[in-house]
Amino acid sequence: MEITVHQLMFGLFSALILVFSVLTVTTRRILRAATFLLLVLVSTAGLYFMLSYEFMAAVQLTLYAGGIVVLIIFSILLTSHISQKFEPVGWKKAYFSALAAVAGAILCITSILQHQFQATTQAAQEVDMKLIGRSMLSTDRDGYVLPFEVISILLLAAMVGSIVVAKRKKLKE
Amino acid sequence: MLTSGIPMEAFLVVSTVMFFAGVYGFLTRRNLITILMSVELILNSVNINFLVFNRFLYPNHLQGHFFSLFIIAIAAAEAAVAIAIIINIYRHFNTINVENVDKMKH
Repeated sequence: MEITVHQLMFGLFSALILVFSVLTVTTRRILRAATFLLLVLVSTAGLYFMLSYEFMAAVQLTLYAGGIVVLIIFSILLTSHISQKFEPVGWKKAYFSALAAVAGAILCITSILQHQFQATTQAAQEVDMKLIGRSMLSTDRDGYVLPFEVISILLLAAMVGSIVVAKRKKLKE
Repeated sequence: MLTSGIPMEAFLVVSTVMFFAGVYGFLTRRNLITILMSVELILNSVNINFLVFNRFLYPNHLQGHFFSLFIIAIAAAEAAVAIAIIINIYRHFNTINVENVDKMKH
């Protein structure tokens, strides 16, 4: 069996995701956890490129890898000592959490592998920026103008709320 | 098609493992920022699922595409608010370990 470039790339990205997502939740140094999370998110953008959703991959890279991880790293630098290591998790907690996670993963994977997904016969649609922009701002049946406006309000509320919460309180006279 | 040779289930298995890694981290971590990272892992795995279903089952629609776009926006808002709260907690308690933040308990 010949291995195509796509299979090779998929293997690379999925191996990166599998290894580093487990390392993100098990490493004992917090800045390493943030770095591993960044690698997971970048590999996820690679998977989106493989699905030929270039716009989503770009959003993933800029928003997740560029925005959220930088925010997390800044808050780590504000709140923790870099050299400090976490205490190891108690064996009971680690054992039962791992049991729950592995059992759930096995359940999900077996049900995914047993289910017969109906392969579509419809022709694939080219997803370009023009189409995304049109449907995001259209009011037709496949338009998304309402969630778009709602999410703009949500982002504004989150911005104001985070400023108010994190603002240093004025000292009372 | 660009994803020729790769079955849909392979993508779903990858996202499932990522999801349950996030669940494990959420259950075992005690630092608030690492808990937030686990939540980001979970949200990201759901995004992968939405896009894979969109590509393989309904390639002439855009529902999954927009769902994951809005999930990313909500994740960004959630991370901003959560980090504001974490920094506020750090100012009050001088720690962000969930076991030491117990003022509201009593």
